Amino acid sequence: MSTPTPTEGSRTSRDGRSVTVEVKVPHVPLPPEDLDTDEMILNMGPQHPSTHGVLRLEVTTDGEIVNQVRPFIGYLHRCFEKHSEKVGYPGVVPYTDRMDYLAAMNNNHGYVVTVEKLLEMEVPERAEHIRVIVAELNRIASHLVAFGTYALDIGAVTPFLYAFRERERILDIFEMACGARLTYNYYRIGGVSGDLTPEMIGMIGEFLDYFEPKLKEYDNLLSYNKIFIERTAGVGVIPLDMALGYGITGPMLRACGMAWDLRKNDPYSIYDRFDFDLPLGEGLKGEKGDCYDRYMVRMREMAQSCRIVRQAVEQLPEGDYILPKLPKMIRPPKGAEVYVRTETPRGEMGFYIVSDGTANPWRVKVRSPCFTNLAIVPAISHGVMLADLVAIIGSIDIVLGEVDR
Amino acid sequence: MTPVEIRDRVEGALPGAVLRLETEAIDPWLLVEPARIREVCRLLRDDPDLAFGSLMCLSGVDWPKENKLQVVYHLHSIERGHRIVLKADMPRDEPRVPSVESVWKFANWHEREAYDLLGIVFEGHPDLRRILLPFDWEGHPLRKDYVYPDTYRGITNKP
Repeated sequence: MSTPTPTEGSRTSRDGRSVTVEVKVPHVPLPPEDLDTDEMILNMGPQHPSTHGVLRLEVTTDGEIVNQVRPFIGYLHRCFEKHSEKVGYPGVVPYTDRMDYLAAMNNNHGYVVTVEKLLEMEVPERAEHIRVIVAELNRIASHLVAFGTYALDIGAVTPFLYAFRERERILDIFEMACGARLTYNYYRIGGVSGDLTPEMIGMIGEFLDYFEPKLKEYDNLLSYNKIFIERTAGVGVIPLDMALGYGITGPMLRACGMAWDLRKNDPYSIYDRFDFDLPLGEGLKGEKGDCYDRYMVRMREMAQSCRIVRQAVEQLPEGDYILPKLPKMIRPPKGAEVYVRTETPRGEMGFYIVSDGTANPWRVKVRSPCFTNLAIVPAISHGVMLADLVAIIGSIDIVLGEVDR
Repeated sequence: MTPVEIRDRVEGALPGAVLRLETEAIDPWLLVEPARIREVCRLLRDDPDLAFGSLMCLSGVDWPKENKLQVVYHLHSIERGHRIVLKADMPRDEPRVPSVESVWKFANWHEREAYDLLGIVFEGHPDLRRILLPFDWEGHPLRKDYVYPDTYRGITNKP
């Protein structure tokens, strides 16, 4: 039995009869002091799809406007640096895989280059070429994930499926090279763990022929999509001087219009031999240094990585893929220390290694690009809409394995 | 600029701040008086000939035999293309050094990390809290004499 809903001007008496009474409701606006104007604290994460892992953001909101963001990290902290002090120099390589697991090859690369500089070791030419080939393929795979998940953050599901379809083919090549599909442990101090066979080189060529036209398809699918542009253009603008102060690197810095890429500006390995361009943020749709620029820089970089892979495959010399005479124990001289930085898909990955003359490193410090890039979030998200915060976090392209280490 | 020129420039403006220059190392470094690290950093950033616009890396290193904790700053100038390493040594029981957060914002999180993992106190840091470990964690794991805890909030590592 439903009870009659009291309407204005009518009341129900105790015995159920409806009696009409005259009610005057004057329209009086609420005085401002009675309105609840408190800020609300929202927890975004640590388990939230748009935080790309276990990142927690404590967001102070005023309605839908973000006033303050406080990132809390460390949920995936494994103290990589302490582990490194307990295992020998070669034993650190698998740990580097588990930092940025979307670009494990690039992490391996940074670490082995650092140790080789400490040992003053020359790596065979073929090994250097193989390293560049797989590192650039991994850069494409990583940017594909960035592209797919960013679209997912904004609300488009389809690009994610496209991106993973292409990434699968790269993973197949890596699987043939080293047996693993995510954490490769492919690089060795002095070379790589296995050679690239002619069959794999054929697969790489096929992949590039297949992939390069696809980039245009992605542009049609997402880059010029009106909704996508509206969501990202002019959002989360980072001025160049702020980016430099915060130590922002990689595609994020290039999106601010600065031509800075360690492959060109501080070349390691054999990157100085290849011809490629640096895509920069141009502020095409909004302002220079916005989310759209960061997205576009990554999309354009994939084409440049294809160019590098083609050149490296063409120039691939015959020879050893690892130094034939490796020292049994790797012991850099006592007191030697070095800082080497390399360009991973996310920016400047630096390894600072101090040796005490034993087989274990005395100290390994990782300057992680994601950790550094994430620190800018509180500075650029004041006054944005809550939904734009998701767009900003996505455009930084963080991997929490590397932020927390 | 070469490391010697950089040393001379710092020495000219701030006498006594640089204790030592090591040019034999792979990355040449300057040992700086810890209490004056912020002045030195500000000079390195603001002097137009030095123009160290970015701090690449900030690390802490523990040296228990020498009874010192060390902070290592890797600096780089995008404008000038030169680089230098600064080091500051502190006693292990009183590891205090001025924060350079006001010079490069980069240092904010990296100083928090060094505080968290090595227990180095950066004076003048606006928000010196633990960053990677839980706020109620005890000890600083990257110190060489760190004792691993057996339990944390009822979670044990013993079978």
